[in-house]
Amino acid sequence: MTYSTLNMHHATNPIQTVRKMAWQTLALCCTLLMPLLAHAQLKIDITGVGANQIAFTAAAFQGNQGLPEDIKSVVESDLLRSGFFKSVNANSNMDLNENTLIDPSAWKSVGVDALIVGSIRKTADGRLDIRFNLHDTAQQKSLGKFNYVVAPSALRLTAHKIADLVYEKLLGEKGIFATRIAYVEKSPGRYRLIIADSDGANPQVALASKEPIISPSWSPNGGELAYVSFEARKPIVFVHTLATGRRKAVANFKGSNSAPAWSHNGSKLAVVLSKDGGSQIFTMNADGSSLNKLTSTGGINTEPAFSSDGQSIYFTSDRGGGPQIYRMDTNGSSVSRVTFEGSYNISPRISPDGKTLTYVTRQNGQFKIAVLDLAGGQNMVLTNTGREESPSFSPNGRFILYATRAGGRGALAMVSKDGRVKNTLSSTGGDISEPTWGPFTKD
Amino acid sequence: MKTSLIKYLALSSLVAVLAACSSPVPLSDKPVETKTGKAPGATGTQSDSRAVPTVTPGELDPLNDPQGVLAKRSVYFGLDSFEVTGQYRELVQNHAKYVAAGSSRKVVIQGNTDERGGAEYNLALGQRRADAVKTLMLALGVKESQIETVSFGKEKPKATGSNEAAWAENRRADIVYQ
Repeated sequence: MTYSTLNMHHATNPIQTVRKMAWQTLALCCTLLMPLLAHAQLKIDITGVGANQIAFTAAAFQGNQGLPEDIKSVVESDLLRSGFFKSVNANSNMDLNENTLIDPSAWKSVGVDALIVGSIRKTADGRLDIRFNLHDTAQQKSLGKFNYVVAPSALRLTAHKIADLVYEKLLGEKGIFATRIAYVEKSPGRYRLIIADSDGANPQVALASKEPIISPSWSPNGGELAYVSFEARKPIVFVHTLATGRRKAVANFKGSNSAPAWSHNGSKLAVVLSKDGGSQIFTMNADGSSLNKLTSTGGINTEPAFSSDGQSIYFTSDRGGGPQIYRMDTNGSSVSRVTFEGSYNISPRISPDGKTLTYVTRQNGQFKIAVLDLAGGQNMVLTNTGREESPSFSPNGRFILYATRAGGRGALAMVSKDGRVKNTLSSTGGDISEPTWGPFTKD
Repeated sequence: MKTSLIKYLALSSLVAVLAACSSPVPLSDKPVETKTGKAPGATGTQSDSRAVPTVTPGELDPLNDPQGVLAKRSVYFGLDSFEVTGQYRELVQNHAKYVAAGSSRKVVIQGNTDERGGAEYNLALGQRRADAVKTLMLALGVKESQIETVSFGKEKPKATGSNEAAWAENRRADIVYQ
């Protein structure tokens, strides 16, 4: 092991370092806040979690200097954004890596539950060898050393993966930091379909158009997006392969074509077509073949969303007068109404475990994100700024991404499904709408 | 043929003489009417640079009459509503008569909504508005093949701004001739 030669003397005595903390607090605050300020778009609003948060310290990764992304900053920002963690800034001058001997009780005594230490070194072929160790000071043991060898361009993704591992090891559910989101950014005369990291950073433009784009929907493997484009002066559904940029109009019938949604295994798409009168939900193969009509009430049936068990489609219909959310089997049978409270409930999305529905509810002219416990029938409004739209669950079911307004334009936000943790991610670019959270991927 | 040519030449000379005369001699309607735009240049006789041809336009297509009943092509709706009411029923009837009268005439009806609420529900609501206009037109003899209804939902607002005036302007279906 090349790591056996590493210098450890800085870290063998954390207590001594921590004693210095009081004197260094001001300086530490300044230096430690720097990476947060660089991500100034992030505003975290946490209510009611307090004592349950895990206190962690992420040390600067040895060898990170000079590289375009700072792993410690990305990991820290990810964990904080979840609301389940709080950062203890105890070590800015310490030189720690994954092999450093740690005295867990010393760290525990200064309030640190988890310690993340690691290093980066360049390999002979120009890649980066990234290693880290996660120490659980309460259990007085390492939860494991981990290692990634990646291209330099994957540095940020690797940081998100490290945050995912920390999250999973400490909380027992999969992390979502390495997943991606899609959204639409509008500026005058220009619409861009953007793919970004789960924190809104690293945006890439998948489609740039002079006409509106709405309703992006991820395929279950994360490789394709279906969406509605108005580029032909009417709404048409496209399927777009992200890696190649190849796109195909899969629903371009007379009238409007909209609201694409993938089935759980990616073999089928549900779409909404007006060709037969009204807005009706159809399923088709993902290439546009084998159209099958599921609804036939006269008015509006739209926003189909498959449950992840493949058994149900949730959708919005005005068959009862105003818009409400309904459920049906994937062949269109056994329709039942799901929402009853309020006169305007739209945009259903179902949690990965099938137990919770998120949707938009209108109350006194205000549009808010709500959740409904499908078994118990209890609903809860999670947001209150009044211009919220387009909710979607994170693939672990813990968070809901949605569109809100900030500074007079559309912005991305997320809220935990219990409503306690809220983040707004405003962009420096245009007006953001139509966000949707992508799936877990294997890359 | 010959006599008419002579007559024509004589007339041309007369017009030329009259034109040369500085005194304001009123011209009778008749010579001007019979004058065609084409100068009798084939005979080598002098042409008249002051000749003014008369153009009689064909009947104006009412679609192109900016003062006509077809000039208004927008149907406005109430909040959350897709009902064509009052004056807009008459507007749609006027267009329906015109479209029904020419089987090659085609229209696209584009539904729109105000900015409030979800993109897809608004798209469907805009579609209902366009479809409501279509239903009226079908009842008045327009053929299904002559109409396509599409929706822009809230995506292409004519009026920007988050106020009642802008919202009212955007709750609209436009009749667009192809």
